[in-house]
Amino acid sequence: MSLTLLQVIVSGLLLGAVYALFASGLTLIWGMMNVVNFAHGDFVMLAMYAAFVVWTAFGGGPAASVPIAAMLLATVGVLSYFLLVRHIMRGPMLAQILGTFGLALFLRYSAFWLFGSDFRTLPDTILGAPFEFWGLRVDAPRLLAGAIGLLVILGLHLILTRTSLGSKMLAVSEDAVAAQIVGIRPEYMQAAAWALAAGATGIAGALIATFFYTSPTVGETLAIIAFVTVSLGGFGSVPGALVAGLLIGVVESVSAYVIGPVYKDVIVYILFVLVLWFRPQGLMGKA
Amino acid sequence: MQPISKDHSRIRGAHLVLLVVLAAVVLLYPLLTAKFPVYQRLGALVLLYAIGASAWNIVGGYAGQVSIGHAVFFGVGAYSAVLAYHHLGLPPIAGVPLGVLVSVLIAAIIGVPTVRLAGHYFSMATIAVAELTRVMTTTSDFLGGAQGLTGPTVPRSVLDLSFTSSLPYYYIFLAVLAGVLWLTWRMETSRMGFYLRAIKDNERAARSLGVMAGRYKLYAFMLSAALTSLAGGLYLTMFGFIDPDSGLGILISVKMLIMAALGGAGLLFGPLIGAAILVPLEEISNSVLGGRGAGLTFVVYGAIIMIIARFLPAGLLGLLTRLFKKSAAPGDRDAA
Repeated sequence: MSLTLLQVIVSGLLLGAVYALFASGLTLIWGMMNVVNFAHGDFVMLAMYAAFVVWTAFGGGPAASVPIAAMLLATVGVLSYFLLVRHIMRGPMLAQILGTFGLALFLRYSAFWLFGSDFRTLPDTILGAPFEFWGLRVDAPRLLAGAIGLLVILGLHLILTRTSLGSKMLAVSEDAVAAQIVGIRPEYMQAAAWALAAGATGIAGALIATFFYTSPTVGETLAIIAFVTVSLGGFGSVPGALVAGLLIGVVESVSAYVIGPVYKDVIVYILFVLVLWFRPQGLMGKA
Repeated sequence: MQPISKDHSRIRGAHLVLLVVLAAVVLLYPLLTAKFPVYQRLGALVLLYAIGASAWNIVGGYAGQVSIGHAVFFGVGAYSAVLAYHHLGLPPIAGVPLGVLVSVLIAAIIGVPTVRLAGHYFSMATIAVAELTRVMTTTSDFLGGAQGLTGPTVPRSVLDLSFTSSLPYYYIFLAVLAGVLWLTWRMETSRMGFYLRAIKDNERAARSLGVMAGRYKLYAFMLSAALTSLAGGLYLTMFGFIDPDSGLGILISVKMLIMAALGGAGLLFGPLIGAAILVPLEEISNSVLGGRGAGLTFVVYGAIIMIIARFLPAGLLGLLTRLFKKSAAPGDRDAA
């Protein structure tokens, strides 16, 4: 294996860890409430603009923008839940899909209206020079994003599987009425899930902004990547999202390197259609 | 049971009067606005979008499968028309059958695996395929790339359907819309319409009674795709130009969806009413607010979609019907 290809794979894995992070937000909501947040990509976009504003207004790097974006998005998530999602989740499928899709349009074109359609980028040097490991060059923002991405996914997984909050959330997703009988308020747990999911998405967005262009429509591309990741990983599964995210990051990087950068999205979309055809329950899902 | 049937005939009579008045206004509209070409053009646009939204309604409203990627069929229709002219020198309308064929094929590719799954998969698959098509089109020289392609600028014969006045377009679109609505109505009252309603109400129950749910959803999707492609071909004859954004952009899908949902998804005249409200709204906001207004229009669209989802899942027409039935038969809602 040539060194360049190895380089491409490493950067794909780092990218994949971030994909996995924002996809786990989507999969959490989906698994817990059987609701698909079509505004998920636009949540990421919002966090990217937050990072951009933090940089232009205060000159703050990821150390400032990551917590700010996390809190901002957790708030947006909880608001979306209480004002919109709670009311539509038991309604007809049309209302469910329209509701969050309307939110997506609202956020996307608010950003367009506020910031214009220009592509924005944070300075390359925001985190200093690239690192060198055994001859492999790794950009600092991508390394940071990949590492934090993995850590946050691990944290999310531990919250869901090892804490009483996680058990209560699981109880509500299994049977909301039964959970209520034993004294769990379903809407609080669902709001908590939205806060966690959107907060994780906020972290992912602030990290992506350090190495990816920001534009009002970037959420559309990212949403499709998240959908592919979740479908591939099996809905509701955070570990599944991690494996799928890493896989997609590598597939995207390698195809950009081998075929050309224009086609990297095309490959991801084709992958999605293939998954739907041949393994709709995902790689790790049950048949 | 006397009062109920009286209410029924009253409702039916009122419907009939309403329909006749509506038909008269629609037929005479271009003549009434003959002095104002802007309004004629607006009328033609309302009908064009109503064709697209009515086509969307077949799968989104009647079959309950929310497509967010109908732009792909619209774009395929428009591109087939322009390609017939650009590469073969034929009138654009000659490309329409090919567009319909390709659209039905794409609908099958998306539909066969997804109609068996939960509705979200279908919605996502439609977005992904539309985006895929848009990106591929942008990189294809054959399809004019990001610049797009232009239809006949000077009409060579009447078959080019290239007119300076909006009047001929108005009546062409009206005829096509009438055809689309007639087809929808036939579907609604046929066995397929009953099956689709049963599937939408409770798919598991419908399946257990032997309804081939997947098959009928797929049929609805293919029919919807074919008619949307037709709308795309007509769009090209009127505008004479197509590029990846105006043919395949997600906003094209959004327009079809929001018009049908606002007017009333799953109701015959819902999309037409939605188009009659939203097309003028968009034209006004674009002319008042200029280029930046385009963003604001879609902020408002997003808000409208959320409000429909939260408060008006049956759309305006659904709301009106409910109010009307309430007042026509007080305390007898279930019978009506």
